[in-house]
Amino acid sequence: MSQMASTVFEVAHLSKSFGGLKVNHDVSIAMAEGERLALIGPNGAGKTTFVNLVTGRIPPSAGTVHLAGEDITKLGAVARVRRGLVRTFQVTRLFPDMTPEEHVVMAVLQRQGRATRILARFHGNGAAADEAADILATLGLTDIARRKVVEIAYGQQRLLEIAIAMAQRPKVLLLDEPAAGVPSSDTPLIERALERLPASLAVLMIEHDMDLVFRFARRVVVLAAGELIFQGLPADVAKDDKVREAYLGSYAHAVS
Amino acid sequence: MAQVSGLNAATRPGHGLGRDLAGIVLIIFLGLAGYWLLPDNLSFLTRVISIALLVLSLDLITGYCGIASLGQAALYGAGAYAAGIACINGVSEPFLLILIGAAAGAVTGILTGAIMLRAHGLPQLVLSIAIVQLLHEAANKAYSITGGSDGLSGMVPAPLFGLFEFDLWGRAAYLFGLALLVTVFIALKLLVRSPFGMVCRGLKEDPLRVSALGISAFPVLLRMFVISGAVAGMGGALGAISTQVVGLDSVSFELSANALVMLVLGGLGNLYGALVGTVVFMAVEHVVAAINPFHWMTLVGALLIAIVLFAPRGLSGSLDEAARILTRGARRSGP
Repeated sequence: MSQMASTVFEVAHLSKSFGGLKVNHDVSIAMAEGERLALIGPNGAGKTTFVNLVTGRIPPSAGTVHLAGEDITKLGAVARVRRGLVRTFQVTRLFPDMTPEEHVVMAVLQRQGRATRILARFHGNGAAADEAADILATLGLTDIARRKVVEIAYGQQRLLEIAIAMAQRPKVLLLDEPAAGVPSSDTPLIERALERLPASLAVLMIEHDMDLVFRFARRVVVLAAGELIFQGLPADVAKDDKVREAYLGSYAHAVS
Repeated sequence: MAQVSGLNAATRPGHGLGRDLAGIVLIIFLGLAGYWLLPDNLSFLTRVISIALLVLSLDLITGYCGIASLGQAALYGAGAYAAGIACINGVSEPFLLILIGAAAGAVTGILTGAIMLRAHGLPQLVLSIAIVQLLHEAANKAYSITGGSDGLSGMVPAPLFGLFEFDLWGRAAYLFGLALLVTVFIALKLLVRSPFGMVCRGLKEDPLRVSALGISAFPVLLRMFVISGAVAGMGGALGAISTQVVGLDSVSFELSANALVMLVLGGLGNLYGALVGTVVFMAVEHVVAAINPFHWMTLVGALLIAIVLFAPRGLSGSLDEAARILTRGARRSGP
């Protein structure tokens, strides 16, 4: 299937060193439209650096990033978002004093190029408000759509991050630990939200929760000590010796 | 859906159009009350309006964008000097002078913004001080244009609409100033409710989230500096027209710092606070300074400490809270 669908996102030989420390080394990942890929790895494997490199927050030491055929390696974070590379945050980054509705409306307006208009009203902005209401309804956030974000539960904040990303209509979505910090009773909500993501969207999920990874991803890559040590089916991950060593190794370090 | 949007306005107090309408009516009412009740203090009240425009302009960048400035008088002074110099050189139409002040403030706003937005936090604050000090020094040195430390005087604005003289009692100046303030206030209320205004609030709350939405901060903030400069510049021009003098104090660090104190006193980020803070600060200054010219600042200091400790959202925030508690009580006691 992945051979037939076109490659929408490609990271090639991406490396980053801080001084002599190779935090990411020669990481290559290609994603097709509609792909559901999970990136896993023990703590300190370089996952956060990878996210920062891909989203343009820090420049790579070597390697390239392509989005929909365009080389975006030199582009800044904002320009990458505008081209359709959208992320959610590991720890929610939301506007505490604004409502979920306002967040999603702002994302819709930005997608339409109207987010910074002066001679317009933000609230009561018909079409944008309708679209926001639809997205919030899809994620079951209608009831709290007009509460301030500080007043809503953390699980709902995580769902809101996904709602914002949906409003941005990305080509590639990077989910940075979408279930982190969510009580296990609420993880099914996140899972259901992820199932509703558009089928054509390429999704790269960085996640610790293995149950979630196995249910969501059709392909898994494993990062350890800055290098990719495994690419393949979720079912094969646990059988792989290198992966087991990487995880056990990190546990051994943690215990000692 | 339109129904839902209407409901939104009604259920979210901060976004009620009706509430703002009431606020604007209240401003006009209090302004006119001042006109009838304090006819001997109109020049003072006009100065309050002039400074209120400065504090409103500061609220735009500090209250809405989260950028603290101790140099806002640079924009105010630019407007004051531009209007003053234009007036001495034959431009006497008051409306035109206000526009000149706005333009000068806006241009200074671009420059100030372009410099200040290079930095963040404390260095940014220091830059704002440096800018106002530089302009202060420039105005001092350019004696032939600005009158230096003697100030700029001798401007004679034309009568309003050709009819109402800017006389000694300052009636025309006051009503002119009040109309200007109300117009600006309405425009700013619309501004902060625009998509642009919401993005500015977003930048104050979490710039990283704004960039993750694909919005660049710099052009947004620079535009806000321009608008802020125009508002401050109009305040400066109003001061120049009404007092017919422009002094170095209009482009001083002290005025900038006072403007920030007034804003914190009144409360940031709702525009009402800027007005409340200016009126309270200047009223205290006016009354207490008449009684004890050396220690009025002590009282302002004590007031400020009390506000910061007991009402961190400022006077307007406390009024808001009180109103909410009262109406809630009324609602509960009802059937």
